[in-house]
Amino acid sequence: MTEMIHATGLVKRYGDVTALVGLDLSVPEGTVLGLLGPNGAGKTTAVRILTTLLTPDEGRATIAGVDVAQDPDGVRRRIGLSGQYAAVDEYLTGYENLEIVGRLYGMSAKQAGARARELLARFGLADAADRPSKTYSGGMRRRLDLAGALVAEPPVIVLDEPTTGLDPRSRQQMWEVISDLVDSGATVLLTTQYLEEADLLADNIIVIDHGRAIAEGTADQLKAQVGGERIEVVVADPQRSVEVAAILKEVAVGDVAGGDRAFSAAVGASGAEDLRRVLGAITAAGIEVLDIGLRRPTLDDVFLSLTGRETDDSTEEASA
Amino acid sequence: MTDLRIPERRNPVLRALTDGWIVAKRNLIKIKRVPEIMVFVLISPIMFVLLFAYVFGGAIDVGPGLDYKEFLIGGIFAQTVVFGATFSGAAMAEDMQKGFIDRFRSLPMARSAVLIGRTGSDVVYNVLSLIIMGLTGLLVGWRAHHGIPKMLGAFALLLAFAYAISWIMAWIGLIVPSVDVINNASFIVIMPLTFVSNAFVPLESFPGFLRPFVEWNPVSAVTQAVRELFGNLPDGHRAPDVWSMQHPVVYTLGWVVLIMVIFVPLSVQAYQRASTK
Repeated sequence: MTEMIHATGLVKRYGDVTALVGLDLSVPEGTVLGLLGPNGAGKTTAVRILTTLLTPDEGRATIAGVDVAQDPDGVRRRIGLSGQYAAVDEYLTGYENLEIVGRLYGMSAKQAGARARELLARFGLADAADRPSKTYSGGMRRRLDLAGALVAEPPVIVLDEPTTGLDPRSRQQMWEVISDLVDSGATVLLTTQYLEEADLLADNIIVIDHGRAIAEGTADQLKAQVGGERIEVVVADPQRSVEVAAILKEVAVGDVAGGDRAFSAAVGASGAEDLRRVLGAITAAGIEVLDIGLRRPTLDDVFLSLTGRETDDSTEEASA
Repeated sequence: MTDLRIPERRNPVLRALTDGWIVAKRNLIKIKRVPEIMVFVLISPIMFVLLFAYVFGGAIDVGPGLDYKEFLIGGIFAQTVVFGATFSGAAMAEDMQKGFIDRFRSLPMARSAVLIGRTGSDVVYNVLSLIIMGLTGLLVGWRAHHGIPKMLGAFALLLAFAYAISWIMAWIGLIVPSVDVINNASFIVIMPLTFVSNAFVPLESFPGFLRPFVEWNPVSAVTQAVRELFGNLPDGHRAPDVWSMQHPVVYTLGWVVLIMVIFVPLSVQAYQRASTK
């Protein structure tokens, strides 16, 4: 399979801060790579290098075989970038926003206009097409921005935190749109702070922290490393703690954490079934449950297990 | 399904101009959507004309045989187009802040196009404000006495000078961290440049230590040039005996060329290196 995005040894320094410390990545054609990491991990720096917005201090990157440093214009013709900020001109209508992008790719006015209408319809913006985008909701603006990245139907699409700051419903809609895109065969590099998002959309995930990859694999592989899902139980009566721990032990992978009234245990692939069994056993024993649930591992859990510490948003903000 | 095959474009100059025009169109749509911007752009020169003509006009002596209103218009024109040029700076800074420059830079468009489009749309703003000011001037009694060709020449000189200033402002807009900074920065530069000139008061009225600055200030030269072209100086008027005032048109054009030679490459370079803060 062809490598559509390929980077080796990317290094970028900003003064004393090293934003990227030799990042390697490769994305085969038609797949989605999720670049997962907290704020300031170097995700955006990597994106900016791959989209020709920034020159790396060291390392090499190619997009569809075209070198980022040698032929930046060739790279620009092959990528579509949708960034953290929705780069939508609020005074222009949705149609005008897309038409201008098409024209700047070198399309004729007619081509650009037809393409704009097509994309607006595809992203559920046809009704709002001729309204200034100032009147759009946050989710609509993001969709318009994404549409802007797709105007010239580039083989490689780079989505930099496409759902950050969106409400859950808009995020859901955005995920549907991106899934469709992936199904249509596009090669996508997606950066995100949400494990759930990477899990849902990416074929392969690179976890990045302080400018370097600290883990790579499919979502399942990463979760296995983290210990998968956990069952968390809170009971009313601390007197029954020994019984609760024993019930959890039946399904747990490894030790049961906690004690007194709150317990937590990692479970295997059949988490829902395990949860049902635990709840059944506790109910049968007549123990009063205040709270019980199956918790999916979050980015924090991945980090905790990979680095032994929580994600820290405070450092390297400048390189975000 | 739209045919997305994009014709190969080889001529870089043509490409820069085409892309520049597309960006300029985008900027001009904004005037249509937010007409308030234009209203304010046009009201301030009208206000200046009326304010100076009727409030200060009586107190400022511009010498025998000359009405202050005649004297004033050339200066107001110069000041207004220079202020108009600052739009470029604020707009560039705003585009940076909102992430537009990133979007533009990720497109296979000419590197100079955003700047060409930006400075180009300023020319449109300035043409509109010159028309409005000219009409206001006519109402308060100003006339161009040397005929239409010389009058158009004066307007062309004003626009050329303002265009050069636009490139300076665009460069500043790319290197400052926010829109607020640029508004203050341009005020600090533009105010002394326009007020410590012969735009509002005759050169002769400045104290000796300021004279050299006033005499060689390009705003003085452009003002002197348009006054001569409009015929707004009294008969027998002798321009101050310095080269810049004796040859104001050539001196102004010299500044235009100098500014462009320095700031066009500087701005394009700043654009290429620009990163959203």
